[in-house]
Amino acid sequence: MNQTPALHIEDLTVAFDSRPALWDVDLAVPEGVLMAIVGPNGAGKTTLIQAALDLIPRAAGTVRIFGEPVARARGLTGYVPQRGSVDWDFPTTVQDVVMMGLYGRLGWLRRPGADERQRTLQALEQIGIADLATRQISQLSGGQQQRTFLARALVQDARLYFMDEPFAAVDAITERAIVTLLQELRARGRTVVVVHHDLQSVPDYFDQVTLLNVEVIASGPTAEVYSEDNLRRTFGGRVAGIARLTEEAPP
Amino acid sequence: MSHAGSRNWRTVAALLALSLLAIPLGLALGNIRVDYTLVTVAAGGAVLGIVCGVLGSFAVLRQQSLLGDALSHAALPGVALAFLLAGRELGWLLAGAGIASWLGVLLINTLVRRTRLKQDAAMGIVLAAFFALGITLLTYIQSRNDASQAGLDQFIFGQAASIRRQDVLLISVVGLAAFVVLIALWKEFKLITFDPSFAQANGFPLRLLDVLLSTLIVVAIVLGLQLAGVVLMVGLLIAPAVAARQWTQQLDQMLVLAGIFGGLAGAGGSILSGMQQGLPTGPLIIVVAVAIVALSIALAPERGLLWRHWRQRRDRQRFTAQQVLQDIHRHALQHGDPQYPAPGGMLVTLRGPLARPALRHLQREGLLNASAGDDWKLSERGLERSQAAARNQFLWDRYRQFGEDLGLPSLAVDPQQPIDRLLPADAIARLEALD
Repeated sequence: MNQTPALHIEDLTVAFDSRPALWDVDLAVPEGVLMAIVGPNGAGKTTLIQAALDLIPRAAGTVRIFGEPVARARGLTGYVPQRGSVDWDFPTTVQDVVMMGLYGRLGWLRRPGADERQRTLQALEQIGIADLATRQISQLSGGQQQRTFLARALVQDARLYFMDEPFAAVDAITERAIVTLLQELRARGRTVVVVHHDLQSVPDYFDQVTLLNVEVIASGPTAEVYSEDNLRRTFGGRVAGIARLTEEAPP
Repeated sequence: MSHAGSRNWRTVAALLALSLLAIPLGLALGNIRVDYTLVTVAAGGAVLGIVCGVLGSFAVLRQQSLLGDALSHAALPGVALAFLLAGRELGWLLAGAGIASWLGVLLINTLVRRTRLKQDAAMGIVLAAFFALGITLLTYIQSRNDASQAGLDQFIFGQAASIRRQDVLLISVVGLAAFVVLIALWKEFKLITFDPSFAQANGFPLRLLDVLLSTLIVVAIVLGLQLAGVVLMVGLLIAPAVAARQWTQQLDQMLVLAGIFGGLAGAGGSILSGMQQGLPTGPLIIVVAVAIVALSIALAPERGLLWRHWRQRRDRQRFTAQQVLQDIHRHALQHGDPQYPAPGGMLVTLRGPLARPALRHLQREGLLNASAGDDWKLSERGLERSQAAARNQFLWDRYRQFGEDLGLPSLAVDPQQPIDRLLPADAIARLEALD
């Protein structure tokens, strides 16, 4: 366990209007795990991802990705933003959106060619929406939008993925497809950090969990950290049946 | 590429042909004499419209339609200051306009980033402040009774009559340069327009690209000030893009179409204003552009109002016909005789007034036979059709229930589609064999 962590955050503080959204966060995500970030609304889950990717300014703290500063690790990270963060009426097709995942490594002035098209189709196939390749994105269902974003992250071929609420409002079939994908990524040694809202499924889907409420309440292997006590400290005892949730956690 | 893609390129080509025809046709109908001035004015308007239409498309897609409005108004004090400092020299006036407008870009960006102002408020403030300053300076200049200031106010509403051949050449060259930048940074501009935070996460310099794109819009504004004027410049940036969006679902096609529409509006409006002394060009260009928008919103396939109305009507009729056919089939089965007739009155009660046209439609198709009075029974073909529909529904139900367990390919469930054309024959056989 003394290899470089995939993500290492130290003393991270982010503030909006002098109110801290994240306070003195320390976090280490070892390589090759699936980690859930769980916490109530306004706990700073999305902010944590955005700060880790350097999308918003930090008030204090450092972020290292495989030991490198974020700006030098762009090629190592993949990102699935919240589905609602873009205008799905934008005039383009599913395969065009997925191909955007390759723009970063293409570099300036170069256009996607046959190789990029090939990889795009592979990702679409892997995520089960190859038949939607030429579909207008305005015609997609919520689950299909989510799969499109996941395919776009897949072609990034990253070592560390950040996913913001990929399970939000998708049907059971899509949820299962996403879980399968997460497991495939882990099998290939990739690391995935997922903002997650369904407390029930945390022990089933994730090896590690971070309980967040502006500060990190606890972080580590799900079996050790996902306890009634910690959940109560994160959610303030407002979650009905917290005790039942953790009973189902694997030993 | 895809079938839909090539069909849309044909639409683009057809609209281009129509636009090219519109000008000479209008000239002939209006009995307008074509002279050198008119050609220059029309060419200037057309080139400007093309440049503005293409560059304005990005503003519309980024939901920054009013950015053009703020930036064109912001140009006015630049024009006035340049006049005070350097006198009436077009090059200086335009340089002043460009600098002032570009300062507007930086100011809006800073306000949005550093304060809690939303973008629309920031644009409104910048527009008002710069325009007020511009009008004040202009009034001061006019009060000096200096003969050389004559015509400076044409920058407010635009005046095409004063445009010369070298101006057209200038617009073309600068516009072409803007297009080169646009094409070179095509994928970057597309990415920051669709998903800026993803662009940033991939290491693209969002702020720089953002300013660059805004700068291109400033270039379009500066080129258009003489013709369209600061007040209505925004219309030439937005209207062609809005119209183009109605006709296509692809970014490249949208930009080409916006260029075509912009060119048509620019040329058309300039010609109209050139017909008589004193007609302002800006408003006339906008009148033509808005007419194109109105036509597009009404007529465009897929998104147009008429098209949607027609499709809804057709769908309603089609669905009712399907349901009526099923009703008759079910009614007949309940009576143990597939040819058992169903009373028309009952069907109307079930399905509403659309049942009547549906019955006539089904009869014309040879699916129904009218027996005595108002009774309807299935024909041989109607029976086949009903049975096929029932089987299709049955297979879809099974697919929805068991498709996943059988490991069948995942389809979007749509019982309107014949499932045996979407799934391989062995998959159908497995669905049927279930029990």
